[in-house]
Amino acid sequence: MSVLIYTENWDNQFKKLSFELVSYGYSVAKMMNTDLKVVSIGNVPEDQLMILGKYGASHIYQVDDNQDFNDRNYTKIIEEVAKKCNAELIIFANNNKGKAISSRLSVRLNAAIATGVSKLPISVNPFVVYKKVFSGKAFADVELKSQTKIITLAQNSFEISENPQTVNIEKLTVSTEASNIKLENTEKQTGKILLNDAEIVVSGGRGMKSPDNWAPLEELASLLGAATACSRPVSDEGWRPHEEHTGQTGKIIAPNLYFAFGISGATQHIAGVSSSKYIVAINTDKDAPIFEQAQYGIVGDAQKVLPQLIQAVKDMQQK
Amino acid sequence: MKILVCISNVPDTTTKIKFADDNKSVDFTGVQWVINPWDELALTRAIELKENASNNISSVVVAHVGEATSDPTIRKALAIGADSAIRVNTKADDAFNTAKQLANAVKDEGFDIILCGIESSDHNGSTVGGMLAELLNIDSVTGVSSLEIENGHAKVIREIDGGRETLTVPNTALFVVQKGIAKEPRIAAMRGIMQARTKPIKVVEPVATDSFTQITQLEKPVPRAACKFVDADNAGELITLLQNEAKVL
Ligand SMILES: Cc1cc2nc3c(=O)[nH]c(=O)nc-3n(C[C@H](O)[C@H](O)[C@H](O)COP(=O)(O)OP(=O)(O)OC[C@H]3O[C@@H](n4cnc5c(N)ncnc54)[C@H](O)[C@@H]3O)c2cc1C
Repeated sequence: MSVLIYTENWDNQFKKLSFELVSYGYSVAKMMNTDLKVVSIGNVPEDQLMILGKYGASHIYQVDDNQDFNDRNYTKIIEEVAKKCNAELIIFANNNKGKAISSRLSVRLNAAIATGVSKLPISVNPFVVYKKVFSGKAFADVELKSQTKIITLAQNSFEISENPQTVNIEKLTVSTEASNIKLENTEKQTGKILLNDAEIVVSGGRGMKSPDNWAPLEELASLLGAATACSRPVSDEGWRPHEEHTGQTGKIIAPNLYFAFGISGATQHIAGVSSSKYIVAINTDKDAPIFEQAQYGIVGDAQKVLPQLIQAVKDMQQK
Repeated sequence: MKILVCISNVPDTTTKIKFADDNKSVDFTGVQWVINPWDELALTRAIELKENASNNISSVVVAHVGEATSDPTIRKALAIGADSAIRVNTKADDAFNTAKQLANAVKDEGFDIILCGIESSDHNGSTVGGMLAELLNIDSVTGVSSLEIENGHAKVIREIDGGRETLTVPNTALFVVQKGIAKEPRIAAMRGIMQARTKPIKVVEPVATDSFTQITQLEKPVPRAACKFVDADNAGELITLLQNEAKVL
């Protein structure tokens, strides 16, 4: 029996979410009194693989992939690894890739699945996890009743922790089928902090009034090492790129700190940011619903407040 | 080409959620039901594709797992422009059960493209699409934000962490679609509403299946502490609080 984690890499470097997953998997394996194993697909160099040991991985299956990522093939690879290590629980990140593979895999393995889990299991026997439902308006305890179980972990919901282990690497070859799906082109977002990975997010809504007013917001973000985001009407108007749209129909994020400049706080927007640890709102309307969600607020004009915040951050950083 | 769009029936996004007395289920009295927002965008895209005659799409069908109480939602999909509907007559309370019922109802219908929304706004599961593709043994692409037909093949953009990929998918496939797939859902015109009344809804009886998950308890989110206000003329103070009190800077 074991707990199996699927770790993701980007250009052969592990993403932060992989360390979060391993830290989480280590704690769950302890609760279940079993071992944590990790599968990495791709040509991640050995020194990178070793880093996973710092967070609790002791056995790593390394599968080379000479194919493009494809839902079916990746499902097959993880299915084989899961069978090989007799996995009782398989854990993925709750992102597009994790959702794509885990849902297919659940059918293959007859495994119950819960996605977007945001805490350690409430109990492991019976196996009960905690997850958001109704886009954050409620939370549910969900019991997974099958022998093999699958969960996806909501990003930024578990603290990365060090649990040093000696790492054993096992190379595996899994044969997959040739696919008809053809990858034509990959566009990589460069130089910007990825919204889903960011610990601080600086976001603007329709109250920013015009796309020309975004420079100070971007300056604040760059000073804080933050990602930028926006509400839906802002991206619909084309003021900001679609990748920045957060909310129920956009990205769902969980940074430590979320700045909302000129965002009213409609339920659909909150659905995407309600897992932020701290929400800070700047709005001219003292009755704006965003203030019910925020722990810190300023009733005022974003354009007047931004330069003051920028100056204060510069002062803080000089100290 | 035939396109299938799977639709889920969910409480309107502004609904206040109330629990039943046992805190294990939701009290839906008085709730306004709508097509799940992402499914509605998927349907919109399917109809847009059909309207372009060069795409050669013969029909857009919607499929739904639910009891007769969902018929108004299905009629709305027909009024927006779907040609016909399939309803599997059972409650959709578990993702696997839903996917299994859908797979059974559509497996012999010869769909070339199947669209599912990335999640439903009630259970936030994001699993039915992938499960359905697996049950039908067809390819799937998840996180699709653009769908075009070129030379009879689907050309899609998939959003990945940190970028996007353009893929050509020549064979039958299921696409799990997200934001960007269509801009705004369509509003049904009077003509569409009239036509919807006569469009067929095929009712299929469910097959036996297991359900592997069960909600054992529902909770409300813990209310956040009251907002602490900083004076707009002294906005810099906010940064001090974030650094020293909240300790997030
Ligand atoms: C099915 C559905 C799904 C949706 N999904 C999403 C989603 O994913 N994400 C999302 O964001 N929305 C979503 N929406 C839209 C949502 O309902 C709101 O319309 C939207 O969030 C409002 O954006 P906003 O707060 O930027 O703009 P507004 O509602 O126009 O609010 C602007 C705010 O700025 C304030 N303001 C004005 N001037 C200033 C100033 N100078 N300085 C400071 N503040 C100022 C105003 O007081 C106001 O509170 C969805 C809607 C539906 C129906």
